[in-house]
Parts: sequence; structure tokens; C-alpha cells
Amino acid sequence: MYVYDQYDQRIIDERVAQFRDQTRRYLDGKISDEQFLPLRLQNGLYIQRLAPMMRIAVPYGLLNSRQLRKLAHITRHYDKGYAHVSTRQNIQLNWPLLEEVPDILAELAEVQMHAVQTSGNCIRNTTTDQFAGVARDELEDPRPWCEIIRQWSTFHPEFAFLPRKFKIAVCATEQDRAAIHAHDIGLELVANADGEVGFKVLAGGGLGRTPVIGSVVSEWIEKKHLLTFLEAILRVYNQHGRRDNKFKARIKILVKAMGIEAFREAVAKEWAPIKDGPSTLTEEEISRASSFFTDPDYEQFDEAAAAAALAGQAAADPIFGNWVKRNTVSHRVPGYQAVTISLKMTGHAPGDITDRQLELLAELADQFSFGEIRTTHQQNMVLADVRQQDLYALWQRLQSAGLATPNIGYLTDMICCPGGDYCSLANAKSIPVAEAIQARFDDLDYVYDLGPLELNISGCMNACGHHHIGHIGILGVDKKGEEFYQVSLGGSQAKDASLGKILGPSFKQEDMPEVMEKIINTYVDLRGEEETFLDTYRRVGIDPFKERVYAKAD
Amino acid sequence: MPKLIKNGEVVNDERWQAVDTEADNAAPGVIATLSQWQALDDKAGSAVQLEPGDGVETLLPHLADIELIAISFPVFTDGRGFSYARELRQRGYTGELRAVGGFIRDQLHYLSRVGFNAFQMNDDRELEEAVASLGDFSEHYQAAVDQPLPLFRRRA
Repeated sequence: MYVYDQYDQRIIDERVAQFRDQTRRYLDGKISDEQFLPLRLQNGLYIQRLAPMMRIAVPYGLLNSRQLRKLAHITRHYDKGYAHVSTRQNIQLNWPLLEEVPDILAELAEVQMHAVQTSGNCIRNTTTDQFAGVARDELEDPRPWCEIIRQWSTFHPEFAFLPRKFKIAVCATEQDRAAIHAHDIGLELVANADGEVGFKVLAGGGLGRTPVIGSVVSEWIEKKHLLTFLEAILRVYNQHGRRDNKFKARIKILVKAMGIEAFREAVAKEWAPIKDGPSTLTEEEISRASSFFTDPDYEQFDEAAAAAALAGQAAADPIFGNWVKRNTVSHRVPGYQAVTISLKMTGHAPGDITDRQLELLAELADQFSFGEIRTTHQQNMVLADVRQQDLYALWQRLQSAGLATPNIGYLTDMICCPGGDYCSLANAKSIPVAEAIQARFDDLDYVYDLGPLELNISGCMNACGHHHIGHIGILGVDKKGEEFYQVSLGGSQAKDASLGKILGPSFKQEDMPEVMEKIINTYVDLRGEEETFLDTYRRVGIDPFKERVYAKAD
Repeated sequence: MPKLIKNGEVVNDERWQAVDTEADNAAPGVIATLSQWQALDDKAGSAVQLEPGDGVETLLPHLADIELIAISFPVFTDGRGFSYARELRQRGYTGELRAVGGFIRDQLHYLSRVGFNAFQMNDDRELEEAVASLGDFSEHYQAAVDQPLPLFRRRA
């Protein structure tokens, strides 16, 4: 994982000093609320319904055990003893005091962390595949590129006051696990006809009020041109993106308005004078960034023997076996496995984690996974490098801490924003809906039988819960002061990305478990052999679901 | 006489008066709006102010003639002027580049990085203190006008 040198540390320390001074001037009445707004947002600080909400950056989802322990300390000392994993792989605190935020930032800086640009109309945390570096289907590790983008975008002087927020994601697999089609810029590492790996560049994807799948700006650019090309796209957007209406300010609206051809031309025009200039990446820089993401000290295992031993343990303890099947994936190194820790236990807000659990995970990361852990945009955590022979011991520890819910990729592993319980933007609560659905579908065998199913819940149009790209999406809406929920079907965040279609009129909160059940029953009745929910939906369309859900009771 | 920060010091501008949008033509010593400036026969020693949306294209053939380009920030959250400044410097403009309007002290550092060397803030009550914000950071990752080499070409 990337390690700061003197330069990185100095930049982050100076940021803490800057924000300390800004906070002091704000509290002294020398900065107005309106002026302080973007300053605090670019340090991750929202003023929320009940208290400030602070979003701590977890660059491309990577954390070490020291950082986990620091986060545990911060949640205990400055907050109420728990944190929340967001859909941008970041960590959120719900109850910090404004006066203490500079101290929190100083504590974070001690462990090479920060809250830079986690909010506001600027370039946000770059996200990637949670299995980056260990996935079998990966062309090459995307993380060095995420780090290169992180450094370039950190305090970029030209792009700190964009028309709207700006999100970049990078992936390096056919099966896109970073939802790059739903980002302002999506980057995919791909080989060209000569076999040279470069970037395919998409722009103008996004969720929110007007969900759009990204368009291809370039089929392939050389790696060394990455930063100048990004700069050209941002420069077009900064000058021409709409600023008169915040709902039309994202780059997706600009790309649509200009048309992708004209947008490509505008980017080419901005790119020409800076291409091959000083921001062109050097071989040294690419290898420096890559040097932080080399293999840890993997042991050599006999693949067949390790698999046989694991199969034996799984057979002896079926509960363990089931967890292995649901929550772990294969690793490119024989004898290792990547483990997803579900933060979706029934009865808990999805993505929430306590200080004690953070500390336990730090310990488990040290013991079982080279001291590192990852957050996922599905609001779970991943120990990416676990020896198969250690899985049983790890599982036992997780289970006694309530962290072994075997539901990864299934209905109850839902994505859910903090919603109206915490967020002042929300139109409706999302956590109680999530909990009610989890409670309704509490029979795990039934949930497994339903196969892979992504349920995404957002409390408002801003779509932090990515409802448009859930196989089933739920959106909280406000109708004359009452909370209602709109359901959409058929979204997908994968390679075959698609946006969900709205089922029909929205529902009351108490009806949601019933509605879900009808949707699921429709699928179960109509599915063909081996058909997933999404397959069935794509085959039969929305009408059968609509008929069933809105049928008048006899 | 407007008070501003120029080249790191608080000064009074004795050379240029603020734009007069009502006038048909820019009087001598008054910064011209873009349309007033376009009407000038002789652009040598001229001063012009760009508003968000004006873009920099029109000025490009005359960069060597212009003495002052002011870029207006009607509200501090409209960041178009940051790209205008960078673009003008990139195309070789070496005259005074002045940010004008509703921007705030906490933006001075970024503004100076993209090529502004003069800052005329609506709120000019504490300009002496504000100068300190020019130096909020002593190191940067990206290339910009003040440091044409990105950090990765300079890391020791």
C-alpha cells in the first residue's frame, strides 16, 4: 500500500493547519456560513440533521491496521463509538463536533489519512475494484493508477470549484466491479490491438436525478497520457458545464447537450497543447507508484492440497462451509482466498461498524492478511490475502464478533445510504426500510435460492445508495411531507450496465416488505433454469412484476 | 482607488479604474468590458475584464498587446475563471492577471497557482492578513503556472 514520503506528509500537515485556521476564523465570525460551506465540505464536513457528518477519505478503499486502530480511537473519543462505510469506500462519522474537527484531521494525518475532497464540487475519492491486485480476472493492478490520480487531483488549483462534484473510478477486469459506467469519468485498463495496455476512457456517466451510462471519449490512450487527458476533460467541463441549475450541472448533462462527438473534439482541442507536456507521466513515476503495490510475502502452497484441506473443514462444519462459499472468492495465488466481511447483519444499519469491531478487524488484518483491509462500495470490508488454511480460525473469530453473516451478493447484502435518520438532504428514511426487508427475508436458505440479487436503497435523488443500478432499486421520495418509496427494476452496475425502470406509483414505508415479497415471488414463479433475477427481468420485462404488485386484492 | 494584493503586497491601484458596463466605450484608464475592448482600434496597453462565460478565445491573438486582464468572479463558487487564467498563461500571456470580485481569501493560494498575480476582493477589510493565505501550501503535487513541473518530476 502507498506510504507517504516527506512531501505527502508536508502537504497533508499543511492542510490540517489551513483548516484549523479556517475553523478558528469561522468561529470568530470572520468567515460567513456561505463562505465556510465549500471550505468545510472539501474537508469532508457536512452540517447534518442532528450534528455535523464527517467523511474521512479512504483512498480507493485501502486501509492498514494502524489506520483502523486510529479510526476506532476517533469514533470512541470524538464520536459515539461507531462509523459508517459509504458507497464511495469512505468512512463516515455521524456525531463529531465542529470545534474538534481540526483535531480529528490532525489525528488522521498521524496515520497518513485525511478528509480531503470527500465532499464539495471538486474531484472526489477515486474508487476501484475491492479485489484489485488479487483478482484472477485482472489485466493488471489498478491501484497504482488510483494513487497517481489521487495525487494529481489533491488540491488541484484549477478544479476546486467545479460546477458540481466529480467522481472517477478505475477498473481492470471484464466484469467491472467498480461501476465505471456510472461515474463522471470511468477508466478501464485495456489492451490495444498490439497488446499494449492503456486506458479506455468513459465520461458522462452518473446517477442522481438523471441517471446516464457513460460514453466513450477514447477507446484507448497510452498510460503516460493519463493525467493530461484527464486535465483536458476537466478543463472542458469546468468552462462549459452548467452552473445555473445544480440538477443539470454534472458532466453527464454537458456530454448529452454537446453530443459525444462535439465533446470529444472539445477535449482533443484542450489536450493538444498539454499532451507530451511536463504532466506526461514518466516511466520512473509509474514504477514508483507500482512499487507500493507489489506482492506481499506469499507462501507457496500446493493448490490441490490446500483446496482439499479446506473442503474437508467445510464438510465437517457446514456453517463454516457455507460462509466460505458465500463470503470468499478465489485468489490469483494458490492457497489464498479473499474474504468479504459482511457489514449487513440483520438488525444493524447497513455499513455501520463499531469501534470494537474496527479494532478486532485491525487484529485480524495483522494476523491473517498482511496488516491490510479494504472497504467496498457495497459497504462491506475485505481481507484480501488470507491463507486457506487460516480461514477456519478467521471465521471463528468473526463469528464470535457477529461479523460472519454469510450473505455477500444476496438480497440482504443491500446497499443503503444513511437516509433521513442522519442526512439533511434525504427525502425519506432508508435504514428502517432496509431493516424491515432484512427482517422479512430472514430465511437464509430462501435468500440463497433467490441467487445473486442486488438491492440498492437511496433516501433521495442524490442516489448515494445507487438505486438506479440495483437489480431492485428503492428511492425515498417526499409527497406533501410524507415519506414514500419508489421501486425500480432491472438496473445493473456490471459490465452490461443498465439503469432500472420505475415500476409504478410509490409505496408507503410499512408496505415495502410486502412489495418486495411480491416482486420476489413474481421472479420465483417466472424464472427459468439457472436464471438470475436480472436474467428473468430482462427476458420478461417489467409488466408481470407490475401486474402482481399493483393487483387489486380480491 | 481600489485596494488590492499585487505580487504579494497590498497596494492601491493608481493605474486602472473598475469597468463601467454602462459606457459605450472604455475611457482611458478604465478597464474595458470584452465588447468595449473589441471595439478598441488600438489594443496596445489595453485592459480588459472577462466575465464567466466570455471564454479566452477572443483575447488570444492580442496577448502581447494587453497590459491587464481582469477576470471576474461574481460569486466565489463559480470556478470558470481558474481555467481562463491557466489557459491565458499557457498561451503565453505575461501581463497582469487580476482576479476581481466576490472570491475569498481562502482561494488566494489556488488563484495564484493558476496564474493570477493580482487580487481585488470585494471584501478588502483585512487584506494584510489575507496575504498570508497565498502561502497556505509550500508543496504541490500538480504542475501549475507557479510550478511548471509536477512533484513526480521533482521528488528527491
